[in-house]
Amino acid sequence: MSGLEQLYQQIIMDHAKHPHGTDLAAGEKTSHQRNPVCGDEVTLALRWDAAGDRIADVAWEGSGCSISQASASLLATLAEESAAEGAAWTPEELTALIAEFREALRSRGAIALDEERFGDAAALSGVSKYVARVKCAMLAWVAAEDLLVRRAGEGR
Amino acid sequence: MQRTRYRPRRSRPAQRLPGGTAYPGGVLAAPLTSAEIEGIRARFPILRREVNGHPLVYLDSAATAQKPDSVIDAESDFLRTSNAAVNRGAHSLAGEATEAYEDARGAIARFLGVDDDEIVFTSHATEALNLVAYSLGTASIGASSPGRGAGSHPGAAPFALREGDEIVVTELEHHANLIPWQELAARTGATLRYIPALDHGGLDPEAAARIIGERTRVLAVTHVSNVTGGVTPLDRLVPLARAVGALVVLDACQSAPHLPLRPRELDVDIAVFSGHKLYGPTGIGVLYGRAELLDALPPFLYGGSMITTVTMERAEYLPAPHRFEPGTPRLSQAVGLAAAIRFVEEVGMERIAATEHVLAARLLDGLARVPGVRILGADNPAPRVALASIVVDGVHAHDAGQVLDDRGIAARVGHHCAQPLHRRFGVSASLRLSAGIHTTEDELDRAIDAVAGIRPFFGLGEGAGA
Repeated sequence: MSGLEQLYQQIIMDHAKHPHGTDLAAGEKTSHQRNPVCGDEVTLALRWDAAGDRIADVAWEGSGCSISQASASLLATLAEESAAEGAAWTPEELTALIAEFREALRSRGAIALDEERFGDAAALSGVSKYVARVKCAMLAWVAAEDLLVRRAGEGR
Repeated sequence: MQRTRYRPRRSRPAQRLPGGTAYPGGVLAAPLTSAEIEGIRARFPILRREVNGHPLVYLDSAATAQKPDSVIDAESDFLRTSNAAVNRGAHSLAGEATEAYEDARGAIARFLGVDDDEIVFTSHATEALNLVAYSLGTASIGASSPGRGAGSHPGAAPFALREGDEIVVTELEHHANLIPWQELAARTGATLRYIPALDHGGLDPEAAARIIGERTRVLAVTHVSNVTGGVTPLDRLVPLARAVGALVVLDACQSAPHLPLRPRELDVDIAVFSGHKLYGPTGIGVLYGRAELLDALPPFLYGGSMITTVTMERAEYLPAPHRFEPGTPRLSQAVGLAAAIRFVEEVGMERIAATEHVLAARLLDGLARVPGVRILGADNPAPRVALASIVVDGVHAHDAGQVLDDRGIAARVGHHCAQPLHRRFGVSASLRLSAGIHTTEDELDRAIDAVAGIRPFFGLGEGAGA
């Protein structure tokens, strides 16, 4: 598989064309992130369970390149799958996951995303060889991180 | 109240370049031959490298140009043999460095057909435009209060802006020739207006005639659009500004590397360009200003190297250009830029322009034949440099650029610091291919072929909208 094919794996192309989790509703607490270089945009919300302890769902909307849009879709899918398996993320777990994601993407190809932890989102490993695209893949994850930090700041 | 209007002392009629049009000037000169282009290519060491297993095809010269050996050598030789602080110190090395710096200024003045003291070195073209805007802002301090002159720079009174005055730009501008004017308008109470872009990305001289009027004090316009490559019809716009005594500021960043640039023939007051787009170093820009204008405008940055006498209360400033060059100047960069100018002069700007004309036609014709590709400004009848921005149907510019990169083709993706023009075209980003002095027709064909492969790579049909 060429570098380009690794970057644009079928999973990524599918998510870019048919994104998951794009059911953001009006009035949700969101984080809006943009990549000023190319205009990629993602607005994302974390939906909490009844107790407010764990993330039940991730919803977003956005526009931009296939990497940025697929990455948001893959994050939403991973959240949904984790919740369905009874392993919905705590804020600490998602924070750790985002850190791991960032470390792999910034590794210039040295670290692959663990399929056990990231599921289909592990297909984004190919992005790490393309320094200019790391920001695209990070966009939705930075939005989630921003929401977690703001929530912690509010004392929750 | 009667206002003093700026009337250039040395006003010259707008002349056209030989050949009848501003560009490409009919037959100004013969295009470079393939053998000549090969010779030029041999002087660019970076063109010998491969990218992703392919020989590099560098089509991002509009963002920054590659450097020939002579520029790299000039900069490094200066640092190895002559480096010293200029305009101070009695030692021989300081003298040599000062001479090299002022010689560089002279080389740039001759390149533009202007006087040495009309050339100011800045950090980049962006700083040059900010310099003008800030200087006009300083000239305007107090101008809106009745009975007050132009602050502490009375000589600059004719340039003061106040409420009711208008600054005119165009919808084509790079952010660097837009935001400084937005901010100047906000600081002075003047109104910012713009000449809208037509559907094809050109400017309508009739709209310009409606917008440029008695209230206009500044017209700031690009010479060549960095998105469409179209050349601005200055011969129609500048007389409108002249008729009302407005200052004309020309952003020549995208023209200086491609066309003969003669600010006096274009009858503009200010022209700026960047060194790094003209095969020179980064970190240096050029501001040309009409001598009497530079002498009247207040300095922008204050400090060492720009003064005559300083007391604890006040300072007196050197005449232009040094009053605009505070701090330790950009020495090796100036020397490198002079080498870059010698390089393009050896090739000949007329021949470069003639070659660009051929390359532009090849690029546009080739791209127009690719299904699902829209060229921004394709229908603009204005002359153009060899640059094209495209939108590939169904594929974001960032993804499209990645396919080209995979084939060793360097192109720019994004809004190219021209968000308003992209918005005017109804897109947020595009993929830009821009040629340089070393670009061959074969390289353009390779790029066009790669563009044709973008939609198929993403599983889209050959036709548009599939």
